[in-house]
Amino acid sequence: MSLWNKHAIFEKNSIILVLGVLIVISIGGLVEILPLFYLKSTIEKVEGMRPYTPLELAGRNIYVREGCYNCHSQMIRALRDEVERYGHYSLASESMYDHPFQWGSKRNGPDLARVGNKYSDEWHRRHLENPRSVVPGSIMPGYPWLAKTPLQAETIAQDMKVLAIEGVPYSDAMITNASADLKAQGTDDDAGATALVERYPKAIARAYGDKGKAITEADALIAYMQMLGTLVDFKLYDGKANLR
Amino acid sequence: MATTLSTGGGTMGAGAAPGAKSMTLGELGLLITAIAMACLWLLITAKAYTPEYAFHAAILALASVASVFAIVNRYMARPAELPAQEIDGKPNYNMGPVKFCTIAAVFWGIAGFTVGLIIALQLAFPALNFDLPWTSFGRMRPLHTSAVIFAFGGNVLIGTSFYVVQRTCRARLAGDLAPWAVVLGYNLFIVIAGTGYLLGITQSKEYAEPEWYADLLLTIIWVTYFLVFLATIMKRAEPHIYVANWFYLGFIVTIAVLHLGNNVTIPVSIFSAKSYIVWGGVQDAMIQWWYGHNAVGFFLTAGFLGIMYYFIPKRAGRPVYSYRLSIIHFWALIFMYIWAGPHHLHYTALPDWAQTLGMAFSIMLWMPSWGGMINGLMTLSGAWDKLRTDPVLRMLVVSVAFYGMSTFEGPLMSIKAVNSLSHYTDWTIGHVHSGALGWVGYVSFGAIYCLVPWLWNRRELYSMRLVNWHFWISTLGIVFYISSMWVAGILQGLMWRAYTSFGFLEHSFIETVEAMHVFYVVRAFGGGLFLAGALIMAWNIYKTIASPETETSIRTTPALVPAE
Repeated sequence: MSLWNKHAIFEKNSIILVLGVLIVISIGGLVEILPLFYLKSTIEKVEGMRPYTPLELAGRNIYVREGCYNCHSQMIRALRDEVERYGHYSLASESMYDHPFQWGSKRNGPDLARVGNKYSDEWHRRHLENPRSVVPGSIMPGYPWLAKTPLQAETIAQDMKVLAIEGVPYSDAMITNASADLKAQGTDDDAGATALVERYPKAIARAYGDKGKAITEADALIAYMQMLGTLVDFKLYDGKANLR
Repeated sequence: MATTLSTGGGTMGAGAAPGAKSMTLGELGLLITAIAMACLWLLITAKAYTPEYAFHAAILALASVASVFAIVNRYMARPAELPAQEIDGKPNYNMGPVKFCTIAAVFWGIAGFTVGLIIALQLAFPALNFDLPWTSFGRMRPLHTSAVIFAFGGNVLIGTSFYVVQRTCRARLAGDLAPWAVVLGYNLFIVIAGTGYLLGITQSKEYAEPEWYADLLLTIIWVTYFLVFLATIMKRAEPHIYVANWFYLGFIVTIAVLHLGNNVTIPVSIFSAKSYIVWGGVQDAMIQWWYGHNAVGFFLTAGFLGIMYYFIPKRAGRPVYSYRLSIIHFWALIFMYIWAGPHHLHYTALPDWAQTLGMAFSIMLWMPSWGGMINGLMTLSGAWDKLRTDPVLRMLVVSVAFYGMSTFEGPLMSIKAVNSLSHYTDWTIGHVHSGALGWVGYVSFGAIYCLVPWLWNRRELYSMRLVNWHFWISTLGIVFYISSMWVAGILQGLMWRAYTSFGFLEHSFIETVEAMHVFYVVRAFGGGLFLAGALIMAWNIYKTIASPETETSIRTTPALVPAE
């Protein structure tokens, strides 16, 4: 009786076939995924990383809603041309608070992992309104409605609570003051700005859109983009600290 | 014999005297569930945080009410006895759900190809985004990918699997309402997912964009699908489970595991469409591409290989080339595919060892893939002449050739050095489409062309000439599509890394975008041809179904032919 005949056990018992499939498909995933929750290089904490402010989080949700990942990556690969074009290669820790990650898989437009502070708010506003007004050859869609739509973020504290359950270090103070922080960051009224920066170092409070007007979706999105890649100070970062 | 009239498992009506009609457990259970769902979704409609979610809740409430009506109506209209398992000693096949899926596949295919053409044109002419939320590329692209993969591909897979499992097990599909719940529920999921993208309801995880409530709906449907399929296999009249069913089963089980693993989310509230995935950053990236690549490996490969293993031997009238090769093909393929995900994350923040593992297994995958291709192609031995006369068989065989080509290209692109050039460029898009249009598209078209005359009991398709036209127009379209994307991708990759003699980057990013224009136009032209081919198919199928039924089924009662 050759070994081939032994296969009949799978062909005659549907449950054994199902169990066989389950075992065979489990191995690869377990080997590749489980260690990522324990390895130093994937769970290291880097100086400067903090959770998103309520306004940045609301902006990120707009980024997610509009499907920006379809055309923009947020992952600078460790290749010479990418590092020269976009900046220091992306660290695992830089997306540790990203639920979901937005590394992307296609660059119809440039990488955005370090787009923060590269352009002015005004540039971003015009670019969202009509990309071709600032970049003539651009193929990006216009997003004129974002600047016309007031930001709906009454429930942002609820969002932060969920993220806190998932391990993002939002403190109780951050969650209670979410709405105040959001308002403080999105307007040039600097009453709450000090408290905001205390809770979220490096957060920038300013009117991202028109002064004195309600915060719009475009403002939140711009606030998010303006902080992308700015949290880690690479003059201080020691890339070899986690090498073994 | 009493068993010929037995009513499937779990029915209260079993053994009841004719005339004494009672609801089966399934009918009663589904009815109660539908009523409960209608109430729940009405409540959510009233209290939803956003109008978009309220719209979805209203659709789901409406669908629940429609289910209540349909279940009651069907119960009132049906005879007391459930359909017989066998008639005159032959299995009483349940082909209604298969017919539904076949039509749905054609519909969703054309919808998905059309959206693909629109977004291809948007990349060439950005004015076509119309500056509106619902028509912008970022929302339309997931609509395209989901429509072709899950709506078109999914209906083809569910339809053919329900057909093949009945035929090869010589058993009626298990369950009475369950197969319909799978088929209708799945298409409801598609509607929720697709309209969600346009309204901005998305998780922004590639190929897993639907939000938590759509994911839950899909989970329930998928488990039901698995149970129907497995229960049908369990009551088979054949001693062996046919090879096509291994692949279908592998596909169903693995997709369930992947879907669950990649969609572990916590909703902000039951009244909010928004949820946050529990995985974050690099772990989310790895789990996403473990899912994403195996959506390719199991949804778009293993499932469609099930189609290959049934429809090619059937159409060619030859047995599968090698039984042993199919055993190796099956186990090696499902074992290795799972490892290949990290090749989507080369040179990223994912640890090197994981990238290298992903690359190594992707290269090894070439072997089972080509083993399968050889098994499919060599099934034609002794029947190669049919390629001249039967355009349907030609479509099936060319699909296997495309399978071979894209499973060669894939391992090549997974090599880190190649990937450093190809990643983030249109080369990936070209590769995906040689697999999607050439392999998945053609094997599906071939299966649909086979199924329609079989299901509707017609001697042949309305027109073989039209199948020929479909074949050549879409083949031309695929050639335009993939060759333009190869050139575009490699050109863009090279431009990104080009340096001047002074050591500066030679091109700004926007220059590399502008260089793509002509290729985007050619690609859209190719996509247009592919769509035109599909429209020809739809017409042909419509005319076939509209033609008069063949009097005696040529399949169930084959005419005896004297030996020559």
